[in-house]
Amino acid sequence: MTIKPESAIGRPTPRPGPRGDTRSFAPEPPSKTGLQTGGRWGDRVFGSVATAAGATIIAAIALMALFLIVRALPSLQANKANFITSSEFSTTDENNLRFGIAEMLQVTVLSSMFALLIAVPIAIGIAAFLTNYAPRRLAKPFAILVDLLAAVPSIVFGLWGILVLAPWLLPVARFLNTHLGGIFLFADGNVSLAGGGTIFTAGVVLAVMILPIITSVTREVFSLTPRGHVEAAQALGATKWEVIRLTVFPYGRSGMIAGSMLGLGRALGETVAVLIILRSAAQAAHWSLFDGGYTFASKIASAAAEFSSKLPTGAYIAAGFVLFILTFIVNALARAAAGGRVSGG
Amino acid sequence: MTTEVLDAPVKGPTFHPISVRRKVKNKIATILFAASFMVAMVPLVWVLFTVLQRGVSAVVKPGWWNRSLAGVLPDQFAGGVYHAIYGTIVQAGIAALLSVPLGVMAAIYLVEYGTGRFAKITTFMVDILAGVPSIVAALFVFAFWVATLGFPQSAFAVSLALVLLMLPVVVRNTEEMLKLVPDELREASYALGVPKWTTIVRIVVPTALPGMISGILLALARVMGETAPVLVLVGYARSINYDAFSGNMASLPLLIYTELINPEAAGRMRVWGAALTLILLIAALYVAAAFVNRHLTRNRT
Repeated sequence: MTIKPESAIGRPTPRPGPRGDTRSFAPEPPSKTGLQTGGRWGDRVFGSVATAAGATIIAAIALMALFLIVRALPSLQANKANFITSSEFSTTDENNLRFGIAEMLQVTVLSSMFALLIAVPIAIGIAAFLTNYAPRRLAKPFAILVDLLAAVPSIVFGLWGILVLAPWLLPVARFLNTHLGGIFLFADGNVSLAGGGTIFTAGVVLAVMILPIITSVTREVFSLTPRGHVEAAQALGATKWEVIRLTVFPYGRSGMIAGSMLGLGRALGETVAVLIILRSAAQAAHWSLFDGGYTFASKIASAAAEFSSKLPTGAYIAAGFVLFILTFIVNALARAAAGGRVSGG
Repeated sequence: MTTEVLDAPVKGPTFHPISVRRKVKNKIATILFAASFMVAMVPLVWVLFTVLQRGVSAVVKPGWWNRSLAGVLPDQFAGGVYHAIYGTIVQAGIAALLSVPLGVMAAIYLVEYGTGRFAKITTFMVDILAGVPSIVAALFVFAFWVATLGFPQSAFAVSLALVLLMLPVVVRNTEEMLKLVPDELREASYALGVPKWTTIVRIVVPTALPGMISGILLALARVMGETAPVLVLVGYARSINYDAFSGNMASLPLLIYTELINPEAAGRMRVWGAALTLILLIAALYVAAAFVNRHLTRNRT
């Protein structure tokens, strides 16, 4: 993973050429030696195969967009409700399809934003801790421990979230609901608070799940802070906190933004953990953290068993296409923020 | 008058003690940073502990590892998850067979050949593919493989979705590893008159191999726990199905999801037992990856 430091953004940085042809004394493989008649031919084949593999990845994304659109269009045309503003999702009657994404969008955005709000400060704290405070020998093992959170399957997080964590969060949720109930975020929701199947629980679990990716991107940029900046701040008599505030944070801002965006992308698309945790609700949601309902991903997964007839399935594919576009935009923004390559492997 | 001004010291004392305010702020920051790390460890330990505690009784039962749930009633404490372990391994295995050659070749293209616009677009698309949610990948395979081409829902369809999820991880990791191979090795090979492709196959890839293998194992561990593709692309079976191309096939995530609806105590036991089994499989892959990295790296130049 490489992230260009902020100072380099906007400046055209020359991309290093492919490995092995350093321009100065270009050691391109010998062209015609007379000894290697098969070499050129082999080179051409191998190079083409490699290029084709690269092209496959581009094709995969293009096909993904194409097939989702093609399969969604007939249903969108047959849709009797407004796709963007309607909260209905009834696909049982093929001749009277009524579906819209308004409520899913609301639940998806609210749960992801809530998760981001919890995870980002903690991730930045961890990154600062690992790069500036942790003893050098322990920094690597500590970082691996945080990354291990990403190794736990999402279905296990879901199980833990609804069966173990939700009862623990109940007193907190009750407290917020009774004392801050006036604010719309903590108002009474449309599912039972005691059941725990709320956006509140889902958001906390999502926060845990996106923590490693935000941490790893942020940590990477923090560790790139130029020694000179740090030492200059120290020479002026800055305390450790002031050094971080004056050098590490400004320098790593692009990384923090990129990491948060990648985290947001993960939270938007998380399926099974959310599906297990959130309870479906009869009434409409009103931007409360104690609402239930479906996100895009969990709605699609919940209906997966009934994907048989064409038009109802197309309705879900249309929802999936919206999710695809959302995550595409968020990931492209993450890349733009980092000024180049970001990854959260 | 001027002399008076000059007589007064121009500069105050140079070194001030650090004010209490700044000291306190510094302490608070230190505590908060350390605390955020501790906070992250809580869910990790908590989740692993819960799964171990609740799942261990199921995992040590006779038959857990070598029986399926064929003919086992929902409330019976019997049977095992052999069929689901088989499904998980086969689906991930087919995905690896398809995505590893493709991903490695794409990485070779990006590192050894790629220049200009096309390489830039490819890198961008790898990043985008890495961000595609698993449910969207599953939906795409459904729209393409099942709905358009007319193939049945099967374990192979799941594998296709897993390929999409595994590919960016393999590409990126292989890229990192290939970039670590020093240019001097390539140049030395060229100087001996070896063609570029032979250099890549015989010199560059073998040097990077341990890192590549461990990356592939980790990618495999990631896709093993994916639940969204199995929900969309294959049905659940209580007994073993060896055929990846037709019929329902269980996998550990699908078994967990299905048994979650079972209200009996035996269902809960199976849920946590399968969760522990899944985590054990993933842990085994992590250990293998660490082993490959530690024991196969270096001393080959």
